[in-house]
Amino acid sequence: MAIEDDVLVVGGGLAGATAALAAKDADPDARVRLVTYKQSTLRHASGLIDVLGYGPDGDGPLVDPFDALVNLPESHPYRRVGVDAVREALSFFDGVAGDAYAGNHTDRNALVPTAGGTVKPTARYPAATAAGLASDERDALFVGFETLPAFDAPRSASHLEAAGVPFSTRGETVSFPGIDRDDAKLVRYAHLLDEDERVRTSGRRMGARTALATAVDARLGEESRIGFPAVLGDERPAEVRSYLADALGVDVFEVPTGPPSLAGMRLEDVLFDALSDDGVRVTAGVPVIDYELVAGGASESDGDRIDHVVVDRHGSEIPHRADQYVLATGGLVGKGVKSDRDGVFEPIFDCHVPQADDRYDWFVDDVFGEQPYARFGLEPDRDLRPLDPNGEPEFSNLRAAGAVLGGYDFAAEKSGAGVSIATGYVAGTRAAEEVSR
Amino acid sequence: MATDTDVLVVGGGSTGCGIARDLAMRGLEVTLVERGNLTDGTTGRMHGLLHSGGRYAVSDRASATECIEENEILREIAGHCVELTGGLFVQRPEDSDAYFEEKLEGCRACDIPARVLSGREAREVEPYLATDVKRAIEVPDGAVDPFRLCVANAIDARAHGARIETHAEVIDLLREGDDVYGVEVRHDSGPGTRVHRTPGSTEEITAEYVVNATGAWAGRIGAMADLDVEVRPSKGVMTIMNVRQVDTVINRCRPKGDADIIVPHETTAILGTTDEEVSDPDDYPEEEWEVDAMIDTLSELVPILTEARTIRSFWGVRPLYEPPERDTRDPTDITRDFFLLDHAERDGVAGITSIVGGKFTTYRAMAEEISDHVCEKLGVNASCATATEPLPGSENLEILEEGMDDFGLRSPIARRSKQRLGSRSREVLETDEANPVICACEGVTRAEVRDAVSQSGSDLNAVRIRTRASMGNCQGGFCCGPMANELHPKYDEPTARAALDELIQERWKGQRHALWGEQLSQAMLNYALFATTMNRDEDPADAAEPLEYAAFDHGGR
Repeated sequence: MAIEDDVLVVGGGLAGATAALAAKDADPDARVRLVTYKQSTLRHASGLIDVLGYGPDGDGPLVDPFDALVNLPESHPYRRVGVDAVREALSFFDGVAGDAYAGNHTDRNALVPTAGGTVKPTARYPAATAAGLASDERDALFVGFETLPAFDAPRSASHLEAAGVPFSTRGETVSFPGIDRDDAKLVRYAHLLDEDERVRTSGRRMGARTALATAVDARLGEESRIGFPAVLGDERPAEVRSYLADALGVDVFEVPTGPPSLAGMRLEDVLFDALSDDGVRVTAGVPVIDYELVAGGASESDGDRIDHVVVDRHGSEIPHRADQYVLATGGLVGKGVKSDRDGVFEPIFDCHVPQADDRYDWFVDDVFGEQPYARFGLEPDRDLRPLDPNGEPEFSNLRAAGAVLGGYDFAAEKSGAGVSIATGYVAGTRAAEEVSR
Repeated sequence: MATDTDVLVVGGGSTGCGIARDLAMRGLEVTLVERGNLTDGTTGRMHGLLHSGGRYAVSDRASATECIEENEILREIAGHCVELTGGLFVQRPEDSDAYFEEKLEGCRACDIPARVLSGREAREVEPYLATDVKRAIEVPDGAVDPFRLCVANAIDARAHGARIETHAEVIDLLREGDDVYGVEVRHDSGPGTRVHRTPGSTEEITAEYVVNATGAWAGRIGAMADLDVEVRPSKGVMTIMNVRQVDTVINRCRPKGDADIIVPHETTAILGTTDEEVSDPDDYPEEEWEVDAMIDTLSELVPILTEARTIRSFWGVRPLYEPPERDTRDPTDITRDFFLLDHAERDGVAGITSIVGGKFTTYRAMAEEISDHVCEKLGVNASCATATEPLPGSENLEILEEGMDDFGLRSPIARRSKQRLGSRSREVLETDEANPVICACEGVTRAEVRDAVSQSGSDLNAVRIRTRASMGNCQGGFCCGPMANELHPKYDEPTARAALDELIQERWKGQRHALWGEQLSQAMLNYALFATTMNRDEDPADAAEPLEYAAFDHGGR
């Protein structure tokens, strides 16, 4: 006996959620389950949906990410799935994200100011970020909070000017109304605004939103937009932004900050709401620890066939059987790829991870040089099935998506979200199609 | 530009800073020049052991006696830099009984308090010791923060009128005939505290007397005045664990060998070390086998080390020296004693002395002896006060600790901050302004970072050694940016940016030797935070060509 599904996705980040949604989209009758263990790396991520910011030689920022995809090496996950699939996947994401994201009116990348004062190329961006684009020529005021040291608004503003943005910037630092401890958690700021809690400020009591608007209004000059660190609401960000915008008479936007990143957590909420709406079963908080093969199920060209995986639920080993599996457990950060002094490995299925034998060949001396470790991950075929050292699929019914794949450096390319969406979409779709067949 | 001073000290390590403090307290006008940050040479690259003398109790009893004397002095004058961890010399079944007895006897002969523990008793003290550990000798080893101690000496030297110039490299010794009368230095920026992007200058500093306290680099300085100083630099690796597997210094009780000590240091434990002669103290191989040897050999004493996370490794170069006639082959056999080379006596060149050899624990005694020598040369009759005058941060420490509140900080942060700052806590931490945590791993607040900035200019590595910010588990992934933020607006944005990039590269350097397991995951996360979230690697402000913003999505405007 086992828990039975048609498609089982392992991993609850952007790639896994996209794969599960795509599987359900491809075959609404398919039974799709997503098993997820720890908090996903979305909590660290900026919430931006980048596709490709820089080409293989570091050229860029690229105006059109789609044009550049064909220049990537054959082994790149984008080339594995093909340019058309990347476009399809991105419009699938647009459908899932709805109003929460912007940027699909053009193929061009947007340049979004970062907390450190650079700009980052991205294909899609949260609605909360939309008024902050660096190609928008309106002057901007940045406002930071004295208790949030990761975002120094005057320094960011000054850095953006050094980066040549086509508008004037200025930064101001204020104290956040209602924050009485210097080490309050980030969500505390957001909840004060979500709930519009009563706070005391200069001897009077008022709602946190009004208090914040009042504090900022005193610093506002001729600027027509204001950027804050990403703390403007956790549950009701649109409402908070629009309140502040009305009260101040300017557009309001967020600068991606973190970790922890509220923008990433909001994206996680969007995805899990969609999973729930679409009838994907989600089993959270449990790890997949092992698998069993179908007895005598090996075929020569396609590799072995996975019969079921084993989930550890509080010490009990629960078998989960599906026809098709998607591995979306993340890369080194998400621990879908692990390592020890002797080597790099994929911990659940022990899929082959190409690597240099000597760990001193895993890095180069320049921190931002071409880092081999950043490319660690599985090498897939065009169907996204992980390949063994001989170039044959490890398993006939396992596909991989997202950062567990190797052969690309998402940090240098600014391609992490795009690869997760494109490969998640393709892996999920193919898995469901194979079930139907 | 030329300036004059009584005594010019070359080298900002423990010896140089110790001499500068000693002489300044005796009323001399002192200038100290250091090519990098304080501690950048050997002092900042040691395992942090405050010797009880136990390590030398068999091979070199004179050194052992000196160690225990200085150990006791440092506990008094530098309480905020020292942790009284205690130490164990641990015997495994295959280690010699005879040597164990010799060690015990040696400790007793040198007045080092020593007590034998059974294997079971030793494991009660340190539960992670291997189950087959036979017995151990307990000695008063301790842990010392070399950065804090060295900086405290420099602060006090300055308080007594000394001029301390970091990032000031000696490019020439000024010699006329048989007399050295000063140095020429190149300031990276300034003179004064280092500020990135500020143009540097050269300066001639003339002095009545020059002290070459550059340790492993002493030969290089000497050569500038045609003086031969035959230092034999010997490298050793140290591997840092992310937590303290032990709270006591663990030594292997056997004659000599690589990888025989674990020192609990602040939030970490440091494994050491190797001993291998190198030809150039600035350029030597840092090798994989050395790191592996630390883990594999020391796990014979503490088995969980094989599974544990290391956060980085670093190498230091010992300034070993022996008189040319001895000709010892193996660097581990070279004495750890120090040598005062009076070049007047030795080479007929007056006005300069070189200090070589020696060890960190006895830096103060060395400084005293050298200062006595300098005073004698200059005909100054003033006695040394460094054995009794506490360093800044250690004045009336016990009384102060009782009366100190937490300055509005949560307990672990308050505790750690006060441990680092000692009697300076109130002066640094008491503020009406918001004081959020900048480095969560080490519990460092804005006030402490700003205090460090006020001492050291825009150099974030100088802030790091003063505060430990960016030295914890994440190795700066989360706090490098916030640290750079604290430089602004005192320093302009491009200066803060240059300082940030320098700190990021420095933090990467040591992590390269810890790139597996959790730390490889951490490294990837840090890379993603810097490059993906911040786009630090493709900053348009650093690009040669201006970015054409109009070509990109402008949000429909």
